[in-house]
Amino acid sequence: MIRAQQKPLVEIESLIGQAKNVLVLGCGTCTAVCLAGGEKEARTLAAALRVSAQIKGVQREVRHSLVQRQCEPEFVREVEEEALWADVIVSLACGIGCQVMNERYPERLTVPGVNTCFLGAPIEHGVFDERCQACGDCILHLTGGICPIARCAKSMLNGPCGGSQHGKCEVNPSNPCAWQLIYERLLSLNKLELISAILPAKDWRSARDGGQRRIVREDVRL
Amino acid sequence: MKVGSRLEAVLSSGHFAVTAELGPPKGADLEVIGRKIELLRNCADAVNITDNQTAVVRMCSAAVAHILVENGVEPVMQMTCRDRNRLAIQADLLGAYALGVRNLLCLTGDHQSFGNHPQSKNVYDLDSIQLIQVVRRMREEGVFMNGEPMEGGARFFIGAAANPFADPFEFRPLRLAKKVSAGADFIQTQLVYNVPKFREYMHRVCDLGLHEKVYILAGVGPIKSVGAARYMATSVPGMDVPEEIVERMRKAPKEKRTDEGINICVEVIQQVREIPGVAGVHIMAIEWEEAVAEICERAGLLPRPSPQLPEGAAK
Repeated sequence: MIRAQQKPLVEIESLIGQAKNVLVLGCGTCTAVCLAGGEKEARTLAAALRVSAQIKGVQREVRHSLVQRQCEPEFVREVEEEALWADVIVSLACGIGCQVMNERYPERLTVPGVNTCFLGAPIEHGVFDERCQACGDCILHLTGGICPIARCAKSMLNGPCGGSQHGKCEVNPSNPCAWQLIYERLLSLNKLELISAILPAKDWRSARDGGQRRIVREDVRL
Repeated sequence: MKVGSRLEAVLSSGHFAVTAELGPPKGADLEVIGRKIELLRNCADAVNITDNQTAVVRMCSAAVAHILVENGVEPVMQMTCRDRNRLAIQADLLGAYALGVRNLLCLTGDHQSFGNHPQSKNVYDLDSIQLIQVVRRMREEGVFMNGEPMEGGARFFIGAAANPFADPFEFRPLRLAKKVSAGADFIQTQLVYNVPKFREYMHRVCDLGLHEKVYILAGVGPIKSVGAARYMATSVPGMDVPEEIVERMRKAPKEKRTDEGINICVEVIQQVREIPGVAGVHIMAIEWEEAVAEICERAGLLPRPSPQLPEGAAK
């Protein structure tokens, strides 16, 4: 899932500026699961903004609401009344949700209340690790189910580099070396031949290097 | 011979080769380069020119390599994949070849987070092994990476790096085999201080028959101070400096410490020279080029041979 982190309160306040009516809009999907922008976080942020406004003597009304999936126009239609009430909407969805709100409600500015970080998985409660860069050309079958594009600091296809020590990445020793993991996994599967051959240079056109990407499914178009 | 560089001639004629290293200046000062050239001339068969080493900006390696060519010292140009995509890499290779560069060391490159512009975007379009493939196809097939023919080939003697001390140890010889199959002609290793571990690595490399397909130059270098020894022992990933080396540096009288660093280097050279499969040494005296002549002299590596170069070979 998409992983995000809420921006600091001070930054969010600076994005709101002088707005009188503020809507904090959470999302019930990815950012809810990573505890950055669900119902609870939207409610808490709205309360914090209210208290802060009070302390500073700013005239401001702050409401909060939730959309189950802010990344889909169908879903954000549900909050039309609140959206049009607001001068500024603080989106606690990922960057997709924030953009969908701006597209659906062009007369209102929706600002980001979170930083969208990566596609990842929880490795323990409250700890999330990057797993995928959405490069558009998956090779996990070649690398023991461990992605070197997302998890090697150099995205090497023929690692590990000389900075791999005690199973850790030299760039950030709190991260495992992806290629150490790949080696161990393939060794245990008796499939080392998969990385004994040279993996060729990648075609990055399917990644973001090819420009904005689009998927068209002719079979389901209306 | 594939290319006819002096380095290739020395290695293919069976001499124990010596390469050294020259770090380009952090500026456009030519005098620094000239001074370092004179310190290394006659000590080494070829001199590596680093490419934004440790991700710190310096004068570009192609320009400095060209200055060496002009001064009659043969360069090994280093090229990393960190700062260039496949277009820039190939363009720079053509330029370097046109300027007389014949030896190339293909590297993935240190991550920019260790350098002086940690905010930068990295490239890593290719990795070192894929870069070796590109350079070999240029030489053997006269084509660019996309298969299009080149107008006038670029024929490099192809080098690669190997770190026998990084993990996983068991996979390192197999990774070296990948570099050889990609097209590496010679290898320069990470600095060797743990000679027994290097011997074990070379044993595995020879078991795979790699020493018959590639010239392996063991990386060596003098340690300047106790602090440097300790730093390398504890804080540089992929480096293995045994405690006894740190101790030797510490026990040496203060005014004799640089001498002790040179002593250790000379001893390591003598030891690795006896290890089967080692075809030479690569002396990395980083910002201490003054030490190279003494190391070479005391290790019995001088004078350097003057191999017969083929007709029309680069200066």
